[in-house]
Amino acid sequence: MGPVTAGVLQALALLGALALVYVPLGDHMARVYSSARHLRVERWIYRAVGADPDTRMRWPAYLRALLAFSLAGVVLLYVLQRLQGVLPGSLGFASVPPPQAFNTAASFVTNTDWQSYAGEQTLGHVVQTGGLAVQNFVSAAVGMAVAIALVRGFAHTRTAELGNFWADLVRGVVRVLLPLAVVAALVLAACGVVQNFAGVHEVGQFTGGARQWDGGAVASQEAIKVLGTNGGGYFNANSAHPFENPTPFTNLFQVFLLLVIPVALTRTFGVLAGSVRQGYAILAATAVIWAGFLALMTWTEFAHREGALRIAGGALEGKEVRFGVAGSALFAVSTTLTSTGAVDSAHSSYTGLGGGIALLGMALGEIAPGGAGSGLYGMLIMAVIAVFLAGLMVGRTPEYLGKKIGPREIKQAALYLLVTPALVLVLTALSMALPTPRHSMLNPGAHGFTEVLYAFTSAANNNGSAFAGLDANTDWFNTTTGLAMLLGRFLPIVFVLALAGSLAGRRPTPVTAGTLRTEKPLFAGLLVGTILIVGALTYVPALALGPLAEGLAR
Amino acid sequence: MTGPRRRPEENMTASAPATPPHRRRSRAHHAARRQAGPGSFGPAQLAAALPDALRKLDPRVLLSSPVIFVVWTGSVLTTVFSFADPGDWFGWTISAWLWLTVVFANLAEAVAEGRGKAQADTLRQARTDTVARKADGSVVPGTELRVGDLVVCEAGDVIPGDGDVAEGVASVDESAITGESAPVIRESGGDRSAVTGGTRVLSDRIVVRITTRPGETFIDRMIGLVEGAARQKTPNEIALNILLASLTIVFLLACATLAPFAAYAGTRLTLVVLVALLVCLIPTTIGALLSAIGIAGMDRLVRRNVLAMSGRAVEAAGDVSTLLLDKTGTITLGNRRAAGFVPVPGGTEAEVAEAALLSSLADETPEGRSIVSLAEDAYGLGDRYRERPEGARWIAFSAQTRMSGVDLAGRRVRKGAADAVTAWVGRLGGQVCEELREPVERIATAGGTPLLVAVEDEHGARVLGVIHLKDVVKPGMSERFAELRRMGIRTIMITGDNRMTAEAIAREAGVDDFLAEATPEDKMTLIKQEQAAGKLVAMTGDGTNDAPALAQADVGVAMNSGTSAAKEAGNMVDLDSDPTKLIEVVEIGKQLLITRGALTTFSVANDVAKYFAIIPALFAAVHPGLEKLNVMRLASPDSAILSAVVFNALVIVALVPLALRGVAYRPAGADRMLRRNLAVYGLGGLVAPFAGIKLIDLLLSLFPGL
Repeated sequence: MGPVTAGVLQALALLGALALVYVPLGDHMARVYSSARHLRVERWIYRAVGADPDTRMRWPAYLRALLAFSLAGVVLLYVLQRLQGVLPGSLGFASVPPPQAFNTAASFVTNTDWQSYAGEQTLGHVVQTGGLAVQNFVSAAVGMAVAIALVRGFAHTRTAELGNFWADLVRGVVRVLLPLAVVAALVLAACGVVQNFAGVHEVGQFTGGARQWDGGAVASQEAIKVLGTNGGGYFNANSAHPFENPTPFTNLFQVFLLLVIPVALTRTFGVLAGSVRQGYAILAATAVIWAGFLALMTWTEFAHREGALRIAGGALEGKEVRFGVAGSALFAVSTTLTSTGAVDSAHSSYTGLGGGIALLGMALGEIAPGGAGSGLYGMLIMAVIAVFLAGLMVGRTPEYLGKKIGPREIKQAALYLLVTPALVLVLTALSMALPTPRHSMLNPGAHGFTEVLYAFTSAANNNGSAFAGLDANTDWFNTTTGLAMLLGRFLPIVFVLALAGSLAGRRPTPVTAGTLRTEKPLFAGLLVGTILIVGALTYVPALALGPLAEGLAR
Repeated sequence: MTGPRRRPEENMTASAPATPPHRRRSRAHHAARRQAGPGSFGPAQLAAALPDALRKLDPRVLLSSPVIFVVWTGSVLTTVFSFADPGDWFGWTISAWLWLTVVFANLAEAVAEGRGKAQADTLRQARTDTVARKADGSVVPGTELRVGDLVVCEAGDVIPGDGDVAEGVASVDESAITGESAPVIRESGGDRSAVTGGTRVLSDRIVVRITTRPGETFIDRMIGLVEGAARQKTPNEIALNILLASLTIVFLLACATLAPFAAYAGTRLTLVVLVALLVCLIPTTIGALLSAIGIAGMDRLVRRNVLAMSGRAVEAAGDVSTLLLDKTGTITLGNRRAAGFVPVPGGTEAEVAEAALLSSLADETPEGRSIVSLAEDAYGLGDRYRERPEGARWIAFSAQTRMSGVDLAGRRVRKGAADAVTAWVGRLGGQVCEELREPVERIATAGGTPLLVAVEDEHGARVLGVIHLKDVVKPGMSERFAELRRMGIRTIMITGDNRMTAEAIAREAGVDDFLAEATPEDKMTLIKQEQAAGKLVAMTGDGTNDAPALAQADVGVAMNSGTSAAKEAGNMVDLDSDPTKLIEVVEIGKQLLITRGALTTFSVANDVAKYFAIIPALFAAVHPGLEKLNVMRLASPDSAILSAVVFNALVIVALVPLALRGVAYRPAGADRMLRRNLAVYGLGGLVAPFAGIKLIDLLLSLFPGL
């Protein structure tokens, strides 16, 4: 069996596994978010934080609660890092300096998990497990809550209420993320991922000699790292590190975990919106983009057959031998099309076009299938834009799921679309124009440019993967990527919730033969086209000077 | 008329035709005249609109279209830049084409507006300064009339302002606003009381109560509408503008940030090149044509003699999902026709026919004439009454008696509503035959109107039989309704008839539902019900009773022949007073939205080819690999950029006719329509610029030195 065949079989096995859990998990989440009952443990939490889980919130209240909660998270995480030096269980590491502490706090609260530090050399157990792992859960739950609020905006009629943020947040953690993470952590630990507080391990190196590694709660953090589309590794090498991702099976299992919630959320969307077929259409558009990206990535990584690449049978530089080209390509595409950003190989070492595919996956807004929650709401925004164009072409005021898309709705969707390109392009341009930031680039030419473009694309889209080859631990990059992460996360959420609020107040239009059918393949195709054209066109000039210039050079 | 309108019997005789029979022909003639006028589009119109287009170069005017404003700003920048470097022919050429892009965009709007101007001029002639003779004898200029003033108009006078006839009947020439040469009757009370300022009284004398202030009259509003002066952006247009503005900002960022990126790559991009790239990427095509599409949509309605009071109404017409159609005049021919005679047991059809004929000889209503012609043709009574019987006393229909007929020597004949005739026979001591109940009910069930025929002679008073009056469904209506059904529009027939009658006609015409014995309140309830279910409702109406419903409906088309209350309440006025036109109004609304969507899609899809032209041109020098993207094999970087800019400008002019005419519209379901328009404007938008830019590049390469 050749490596390409093996890659195809892996992808098919992955799709099979996703297909198996799609309906049960999707339906489960729909029940979780529409149930009127509170679990006992949830009641304790509500009492502890003093929140009333039964108040119906309009969008401004929902947003206020969300922003207050996230701000508290940023402050807490910042303080925890700044105090690391005096906290017990810190393995003797010093406090994190302010710019990096800000960057890391912003990164984990925004579900980005961009890491300008090396975990094993910077953070002890308290920050890793008590700070980062907690945010891994709640930041994913925040994303899911926003997605559910938007779906409610489509489903509700003439009430401007979107549900209760605290209930959505707590349920997302208690009923969805925690149980799944426990199961996933057990599987990972059983397959050899480290889970101990046993202190230093001495490991023989392939290149001779030995190296000392601290253990830690790696398997448990690994599970939520991928499940919550976070991506922040316990170790600097992330999922390329054998303690985090020891075998081809754990590799495939991690890809499964990082796709499973965003994929199943399309089902949840369908159920809550009252038509599972609407969910299938969104899923179909997602699948087409994901499969297309995977095919392109696999092709470009295998196709380069000159010199060293020819001998290796593909672009194997920067990839772990135990995963091979296909396993790495699968991981790279899935991690950049979701907002995960975990890596099992160095994206910088991919072929020029391969790096470009990873970059484009993030630039499209990470919506196929995207992050936990953020993928669904990003996709629904694109659906609103697609409906607006196509709806006009059937001669009616455009409507999606029975809700008319008027000036207010388009305004929110358009603002949403503006945020990340503005952040990415402006910050990249500043970094290229100013004298100092360029010192961080470890490579010259087009590749160096890609390093910077990638960093801001990753930060603003809350991906968190690094291209490598850029020293991001400078005051400039810590500050700018930190801002990009915060603005790239919370501005779009403001627009999504505002959109949800205005949709919820609208009266639904009944379906007739004159209605644009958004559950049909034609619309799914149109959605893909809209995403590719509206999403990608913005970045084409920049991509041309980076990955395209590099990839087409040969 | 108050209470339920158009009871069958009232309708039968009370509604003398508002316009003479030759009217239909003259309307067709008139429509042809208008179509041939401003409907066409050619170089001559472009040239005529040029001064207006240049006047619109004022940036304050351009601000309403953000996309074109950006192009204008870019043109200014490149021009200034070219003055700084006068030897650079490339900068000058690009600047020139950017200015042309703005001019072409203005031209599109100016041409669309120009078509309305011609009409406005005709209307202005009607709005001459008139003198009003008030009822108290004083004479004031028309401009000093106040609401509530009573003015006297006699034959030959121009009516000085909008109002209702308070007293009298007159024939009025309304050709100034409708283009219709045949005079119409205007009378006090009832549904034909509204008169329009600027129209001329041809005969008799009426007293008009002024209902509108000078300067706000119907003609004033019409002038404003057709000139586009009163034009406000519709919700959908605003939404589209927001989307276009955000795309513009995104591309502005992409181009502005390209300068430092390129500097790092080792090439300096000039301002001219960056502006050229920007203008090619922002959606100039739809940005340029957007307002022209809106104006042209209104104009298409105007040319069908429908005045929309707002663009919002036209848009809403595209969204309509329920049509309320009045039975009479819309679904059926205005008048019922006699279809047969049913005798009482023991009698003969010929007996009934003769009596019916006698009673109808002087009856000039269409129903009466149809009885005469049926009796003459089918029962061979043609010759018998060529000469009207002498000494006859003709009894005309009245709302009280609800009968008509004739008194001859020794013989009295009556025809009329069943209960009225029964009562008449009873009063004269006659017996009503019970067996008649069956045919009467049968006729009513089948959707017809039974009229009883009775005589009183030497044998006493008795009923002879029944005349079967039948509604005649207009030809082609059921196909039309099937078409509407495919478009997702439900049709509901509104009628004053009873349930059985309504059901039969509804079945024959193929409407989806009906409202029988409809009162204005019923109509209102129905509209509110439909709207509560999220539907948009369109209806026509003419009476004062219709006004609340017209105002409640999302699209209310008032008949010009109706009362001013109705015209005030609706958001459209049909000058031809043809209720069937509602269907066309819906189609025009849809066409307007489709044209917008199609050109937006086309405009955005164009960007792909422009990137393939410009990116290699900009960067192949520093990154030779990018030359592989030059799939069109354009001659040189300069000609590639110039070709893209030229294509971008010319495509606006090329699409002006489409924007004015509207995208070809064939009624179909949403799926088919989307597939077709995506194939034409989506795929077309992807492919067309590849061909266009290559062609322009080939032409440019003919010039030496390029």
